[in-house]
Amino acid sequence: MKYLDEYRDSSNIKSIYLKICEITTKQWRIMEVCGGQTHSIMKYNLENILPDKISFIHGPGCPVCVTPIEMIDKAIYLAGLEDVILVSYGDMLRVPGTYTDLLTCKANGADIRMLYSPLQAIKIAVENKDKKVIFFAVGFETTAPANALSIISANKQKVNNYFMLCSQVTVPTALELLLSNRNNVIQGLLLPGHVCTVMGYEEYFPIVEKFNIPAVVTGFEPADILNGVYTLIKQLEDDECTIKNEYKRLVRKEGNKQAKAIINEVFDKCDQHWRGIGNIPGSGLRIRDEYLAYNAEIEFGLSKINIIEEISKIYKNKIIDGSSVCIAGEVLQGIAKPNKCPAFGIECTPGHPLGAPMVSSEGACAAYFRYAKED
Amino acid sequence: MCLAIPGKIISQEERENLKMAKVSFGGAIREVCLDLVPEAKDGDYVIVHVGYALNIIDDNEAVETLKLFEELEACG
Ligand code: SF4
Repeated sequence: MKYLDEYRDSSNIKSIYLKICEITTKQWRIMEVCGGQTHSIMKYNLENILPDKISFIHGPGCPVCVTPIEMIDKAIYLAGLEDVILVSYGDMLRVPGTYTDLLTCKANGADIRMLYSPLQAIKIAVENKDKKVIFFAVGFETTAPANALSIISANKQKVNNYFMLCSQVTVPTALELLLSNRNNVIQGLLLPGHVCTVMGYEEYFPIVEKFNIPAVVTGFEPADILNGVYTLIKQLEDDECTIKNEYKRLVRKEGNKQAKAIINEVFDKCDQHWRGIGNIPGSGLRIRDEYLAYNAEIEFGLSKINIIEEISKIYKNKIIDGSSVCIAGEVLQGIAKPNKCPAFGIECTPGHPLGAPMVSSEGACAAYFRYAKED
Repeated sequence: MCLAIPGKIISQEERENLKMAKVSFGGAIREVCLDLVPEAKDGDYVIVHVGYALNIIDDNEAVETLKLFEELEACG
């Protein structure tokens, strides 16, 4: 048992597929909330093998994609300062800001480093006491505990040259906003398995009730996703409306209490701007006042600086302007599929992304480019 | 970015106030922090995201899910 291959086993996949075909009588539109699930759906061609009656609407669950352009610009500004090392997850380096991206800044000499884990950020700070190390921390609830622990570690180890530029988002409030949209056509939800591993799924019950929409906590392997679809379609066909958990090997109703306590210790809720969607009240996490000393926004007085003006002094021309063609906002809200974008696969490719959903491997545009280009 | 993969805890040690472990991902060994799952033991499977174990995989539930797949096949 490796908890991986078994869930990719073709006989398992086939048996669930047959059951789905058997029970589906009506048209159903379901949203997979998490970008990781979008990636699996495209990779294993699940949308095409399922009955035509079932269609997937791809959700906004890619933290790289929804990080606001202002935050990218702030990171670019900070990376340009003397004696600063900026560290972040790889995908963040390629997301276009207003003038440039972090990878270009790195090529131009800024000390920007790619991280696999926030643990490395602390190590870099300890090894570079004469520098200020700034971690550009993004992520959903899945990543929030690791980001929070980095601040707790810095505090315990008395590392005082470590700071966080924080742009974290939470799923439930954003989901509520999408479902409140007048044009909403989503009838069922596949809930994000790893967000729920941390948070549990109790906070989704009010949403399910309010919008009368069934939901299933779902994993990421093909058999997991099909099983999630099966359980969701069964609820829809039987006119049932609750939350079922089909990722029981990892998700408990109350989540991981330890991880939730760590998030709460370091972060509290704030309003957050989602790229392509807009401001969503209460959908972000910010550093609590008790840990203000680690907040890069405070340390570098970012609220008093006109960031765009500062960056424009260095980057004279707006070199990146995908905004006129990029329909990332519609893609992230599930209103349009990536291949409906006029730039998709032509001006916009993973090698030359115009928008964030083409950058991140979990972005819907990148998933389509990789696995469904010919459609 | 919510990618998380299962691995098996090989050994554990306390370092710089952190509960660290060597975790095998199908043979490839990486360092993982267990601070979010302090109750984890050697031999447990955990799901790992950005260097941290997010939770322990419940073996009984994993087997139950696979049994369910078999049942679907049997009645399908
Ligand atoms: S294909 Fe490129 S330009 Fe079009 S929506 Fe996706 S990221 Fe934006």
